[in-house]
Amino acid sequence: MRQVSSVGLLLGLMALPAALGQRSSGSPTQHNRTEGYQIVSFEWEHVKDPYIIILWILVASLAKIVFHLSHKVTRVVPESALLIVLGLILGGIVWAADHIASFTLTPTVFFFYLLPPIVLDAGYFMPNRLFFGNLGSILLYAVIGTVWNAATTGLSLYGVYQTGIMGHLDSGLLDFLLFGSLIAAVDPVAVLAVFEEVHVNEVLFIIVFGESLLNDAVTVVLYNVFKNFVELGPENVTGIECVKGIVSFFVVSLGGTLVGILFAFLLSLVSRFTKHVRIIEPGFVFIISYLSYLTSEMLSLSAILAITFCGICCQKYVKANISEQSSTTVRYTMKMLASGAETVIFMFLGISAVNPAIWTWNTAFILLTLVFISVYRVIGVVIQTWILNHYRMVQLEIIDQVVMSYGGLRGAVAFALVALLDKDIVKEKNLFVSTTIIVVFFTVIFQGLTIKPLVQWLKVKKTEHREPKLNEKLHGRAFDHILSAIEDISGQIGHNYLRDKWSNFDRKFLSKVLMRRSAQKSRDRILNVFHELNLKDAISYVAEGERRGSLAFIRSPSTDNMVNVDFSTPRPSTVESSVSYLLREKAGPVCLDMQALEQRRKSIRDTEDTVAHHTLQQYLYKPRQEHKHLYSRHEIMHSEDEKQDKEIFHRTMRKRLESFKSTKLGINHSKKLNKIHKRDRGQKRRNSNVIPNGKIPSEISVQDFTLKEKDLEFSEAEENNDYETLHLGKGVDFLADVTKQNFAENSTGDMDHDVEMTEYSSSDDKLPSYASDQLNQNQSVSETPHHFFPSCLQMPWTHNYYSLENRGNISLSTVSEYIGSCDPSIPDLFWEAGTDSNNKETVNSGYGSEVSYKSENSQEENSLLIPEGLEDSYVKEPQEKKILLDVQGNYRSAAARRVQSRRSFHRPKPLQHPKLQKLASLPTSCHVPPHSLEQEETQL
Amino acid sequence: GRQWQELPPGKRKKGERGSGFTSEQIEHLHRRFRQLSRDQLTIRKENFDSIPDLEFNPIRAKIVHAFFDKRNLRQESSGLADEINFEDFLTIMSYFRPIEMNMDEEQLDRFRKEKLKFLFHMYDSDHDGKITLQEYRNVVEELLSGNPHLEKESARSIADGAMMEAASICGPDQVYEGITFEDFLKMWQGIDIETKMHVRFLNMETIAHCY
Repeated sequence: MRQVSSVGLLLGLMALPAALGQRSSGSPTQHNRTEGYQIVSFEWEHVKDPYIIILWILVASLAKIVFHLSHKVTRVVPESALLIVLGLILGGIVWAADHIASFTLTPTVFFFYLLPPIVLDAGYFMPNRLFFGNLGSILLYAVIGTVWNAATTGLSLYGVYQTGIMGHLDSGLLDFLLFGSLIAAVDPVAVLAVFEEVHVNEVLFIIVFGESLLNDAVTVVLYNVFKNFVELGPENVTGIECVKGIVSFFVVSLGGTLVGILFAFLLSLVSRFTKHVRIIEPGFVFIISYLSYLTSEMLSLSAILAITFCGICCQKYVKANISEQSSTTVRYTMKMLASGAETVIFMFLGISAVNPAIWTWNTAFILLTLVFISVYRVIGVVIQTWILNHYRMVQLEIIDQVVMSYGGLRGAVAFALVALLDKDIVKEKNLFVSTTIIVVFFTVIFQGLTIKPLVQWLKVKKTEHREPKLNEKLHGRAFDHILSAIEDISGQIGHNYLRDKWSNFDRKFLSKVLMRRSAQKSRDRILNVFHELNLKDAISYVAEGERRGSLAFIRSPSTDNMVNVDFSTPRPSTVESSVSYLLREKAGPVCLDMQALEQRRKSIRDTEDTVAHHTLQQYLYKPRQEHKHLYSRHEIMHSEDEKQDKEIFHRTMRKRLESFKSTKLGINHSKKLNKIHKRDRGQKRRNSNVIPNGKIPSEISVQDFTLKEKDLEFSEAEENNDYETLHLGKGVDFLADVTKQNFAENSTGDMDHDVEMTEYSSSDDKLPSYASDQLNQNQSVSETPHHFFPSCLQMPWTHNYYSLENRGNISLSTVSEYIGSCDPSIPDLFWEAGTDSNNKETVNSGYGSEVSYKSENSQEENSLLIPEGLEDSYVKEPQEKKILLDVQGNYRSAAARRVQSRRSFHRPKPLQHPKLQKLASLPTSCHVPPHSLEQEETQL
Repeated sequence: GRQWQELPPGKRKKGERGSGFTSEQIEHLHRRFRQLSRDQLTIRKENFDSIPDLEFNPIRAKIVHAFFDKRNLRQESSGLADEINFEDFLTIMSYFRPIEMNMDEEQLDRFRKEKLKFLFHMYDSDHDGKITLQEYRNVVEELLSGNPHLEKESARSIADGAMMEAASICGPDQVYEGITFEDFLKMWQGIDIETKMHVRFLNMETIAHCY
C-alpha cells in the first residue's frame, strides 16, 4: 500500500491529478472482494513491480529531457550530479509521504542489471589501440594504485581511530581495511559520466577510465578477502589466508579476463554465421556478453573484467561480421541501455540517501575519509607516474597528474559493495554506508562540478576531434610498419614488435576463423576512412546539388538552351529538397556522443560553406576541384585550357577502355563473372517479386563494369561451362559494341529531354540492363568486334542489391567517373528505376550524358544501350526502348545518381550509400519486404 | 673484412654525441650491428635478410632502402650507399629516438622535421625531392599489400584520393608536379607524431634473434 501511494505521488509529480494516488490506493482491495465476473478489474498487485520499475525509469528519462532543455545548466553541472540531486528530491518526497525508504539501490539490481550494460558499452567501444598502447600504465594504476589506496586509507583511518578522535567504534583493523578496500576503487560509471563531458585528451582519458575498469578485480578480491577475514575474526587470520588472498587475486583477475576472451571468441564465431538471421543478430552481442558476465560471477571471478574483455576482444570481428543495420542497432541499443542504466544508478543513489535508518554521523570519520582518499590518491598518482615516466614514450606531465588525481571519482560500485555488508558481522555498517554516500556525493557532485573549470584553467590538452584524413591514416600505417621494422632490426621486443606480431597472427589465423570471408577483405582501417570520406563527400555533394539546383533554376529557367543543357543540374523540386533535407536529418543522430554531435553540427555548417563556395566556383570561375579530379587520373595534366581538357578526356577514355578490356580478358575473371551471373540470375528470380520500386537501380554503379571482386562467400553457384564459354571473350567485344552503338545513337540522340530514359521491362529471367559508356566517337571506332555480350548478366544490377554481404566489393572507377571528373561542364549519368504496375520487376535504366565543351559544340549524348539481337538465352529480347517521360521519377533518384556519377571516381567499392538509396526510393516504396532491410546500409 | 674486436671508446663517445643515445644503448645497438653484419665492419643489404621478423613487413624493401639512402645518412650526396658502417647505423636509428623532456621548442621542431624528412625520403624513391603521384601510389600499394583481398586498383584509388586531399592542403598546382617537402610539412601540420615515430630503445639485452 505504501508503495502504491508513493507511485501515486509520483504520478502526481508528473503533472497528473494528485488525487489519483488516493484513488488508486484504495482500489485493489475493493475489487478483490467483489464477487462474480468482473468485466473490468483493477489488478494493481499483479503489475506492481514492473510498473514501478518502468515508472522510475520513465521519471529518470524525463528528468534527462528536462536537464537538457537548458544547455547552460548541463554545460556547467554534470548530469550525474543533477541526477543525484533529483534523486535526493524525489527520495525526500517519497519519504515525506511514506516515512519509509521503499526504493533503494540494491546490490542485486545494481550488479545484475545496471552495471553490465555500462561496462559492456565501455568494452565494446573501447579504442583498442589506445587501450593496449597504455595497458602497462593502466594496469599499474589499477592494481598497485588501488591496493595502495585501500591500504593507506584503511590503515590511516585505523591509526586515527586509535588516537580516539572518532570516539568509540565497534570495529577493528580488519573492518577499517575492508572499508578502505571498498572505498579505494575509482568507479567506472562515475568516471565515464564526468569525463565524457570534459573531453580531456585521449591518453589521459584512457588511463583514468581504464584504471576504473580494471581495478574491479582488485576491489573484488580485496573486498572478499577482508570480508572473509572479518567473518573469521582477526585471531584466525593466518599467513596462509593472506597467501590465499594474493593467489585469489590472480585467479580472479586472470580468470575473469579469460572468461571474457572465451566468450568473445564464441560471440565472434556466432556472428560469423548469422547471415540469414539478420533480425536477431544484434541480440547475440548482448546475450553472449551478458552470459560472460554471469558466468564469471558464477565462478566468483571478476565479472566486470569478463564483460569488458568480452567487449574489447569481440568488437573487431563482430563489427566486421554483422550487417551495417545490425551494427547500428547494437550501437544504439548499447548506448541506450548504458545511459539508461547510468541515469537510474545516479538517481537511485540520490534516493537511497534519503533514509534516516542508514545514517550514522561521525564527523571525524567522514571528514578524515574524504581527506585520506584525496591525499593518498594524489600521492599514489605522483609516485606511480614518476615510475611510469621512465618507461613511457609520451610522458605524463604534472597537469595530467593533477587531472588524474582529481578524476578519482567514487561511485555506485562502492555504494553497492557497502550495502552488501552484513550488519551482524560488520557492526559499523551504517557508518560505512553513510560515509560511502558522502564520499560518492562529494566526488561526483563537487569534483564533477569543478573538474571542468580545472581542466580549462590548467589548459589540459583536450581531444581534438579531427576529421579523419586519408593521408594521416596512410602515413600512420607507414609509421607502424617502420617502427616495427626498426624494432626488428635493432633487435628489441617492444610495443611495436608485439603489435606487429599480433596483427600478423590475427590476420593469418584469428580473422580467418572469426570473420566472414567477405568481411575479411573489406576490413581495413584505411579503406574505412576512405569510405567515410567518400560518404561525407557524397552527402555534401547532394546538399550542394540542392543549392546549385535552385541557383540554376534562377539562372537558366528552362531547357531552352539546347546546345548547353546542363544535365547535371537538377530542377528544383520538392522531392529533391526533401531528399537532402532527409539526408541531413538522417546523418545527424548516428552518434550519441555529445562531442560528436557537435562535430556533426559543425560539419553541416562547413558543408554549407562549401556549398556556397562551390556554387560560386561553379558559376564564376573554373572550379579548382575539378582539376583535382582530373589530377587524380592524369599525372600529366596541368593546363587549364579547354583543348587539353578534351584531349585528356579522350586519352582517359582510351586508357579506360584498355583497362576495361584487360580486365575482361583476365582469365580469372571469367569464372567469377560466370558465377556472378548465375547467382544474380538465381537471386533475381527469387526476389523479383519483392523488390520494391526504385531500389535497385539507384544503387547500380557503372563501376561494376570492372567487376573486380565478387562475393566469395557466394560459392554455391555451380559453374557451368556452357555459360563460361559463352561469356568469355564476349565481354570485351561487348564494350566495343556498346560504344559503337552508342555513337550511332548519338547522332540521333534526343536532346530535348533532360535525360534520355530507356526503359526495359524484363521478365523474371531476364536481366534488364545496361551498360553505358560515354565514349568519344573517335575512339569507339577503333575496336569493333561483333560479338554481342549481354553485359547485363555480368554487370548485374542486382549485384549491388545483394551485395550487402559483399561489402568488400572493391571495384573501381569507370568511364562515368572520368566523365564526371573530366570536365567542368560535368556530364552526368542518370539512372532511373521503376517498377511497373503489374509488379513485374522492371528496371528502367536511363542514361544520358552530356559533354559540352565550351568552344566547340561537341555535345554528345550517349544513351543507353540495348542489347539487341541477343542470342543469349537469358536475355531474350531487348525490351522496348522508350523514352521515359516521367520526370518526377527522375528526380527521385537524382541525388543518388549525381553522387554516384561524380564521386565514384575514387571509390573502391561500389556505391553503398544507403541513405541516398533509401531516399532515392522514398516516394515509391511503401512496401518493404524483409530482404530490403539489407539494402539500407548505413556507412557511418 | 676486419673482425670486430670491441667498440673503441672514442667512437662510442662520438656516437653518443651525434645520435643522442646513451652509451648503454649504443653498446646494445653495437652488439646487434655485429650480429647482423656477422662481425664485419659494415652492413650490406643482404644482411637484413637474416631478420626473420622483417619478412612480413609490407614495406620492408623501402625500410631497408632507407638505411642505405645517403640523404638519411646526412651525407651531402644523394643516391644509395652499398654498405653502411656502425655510425651510419646509429644515425638511422637516431631518427627514432623519443623526445626528451628537456628539449626546447626549436629542438623539438628540428627533431620533428628530421623525422618527417626520413619518411619523405622513403616516399621519394627517385630522389628528386618530390613525391609524385606514381611514387605515392607505389607506397600505398606496398602498404596495403598486406591485405591479400585488397586489389591493386583500390590501392591506387586510395592513393589518388590521398593525393587529392594533399592537393586541398597544398594547392593543386604544386601537387601536379609532386609533393615537395614543404608541402609535406604542411600536410603534417597539427598532427602529433610523438608516438608515431619513436621507438623506445631499452637498455636491455637484445632478445630478438636472427639467423
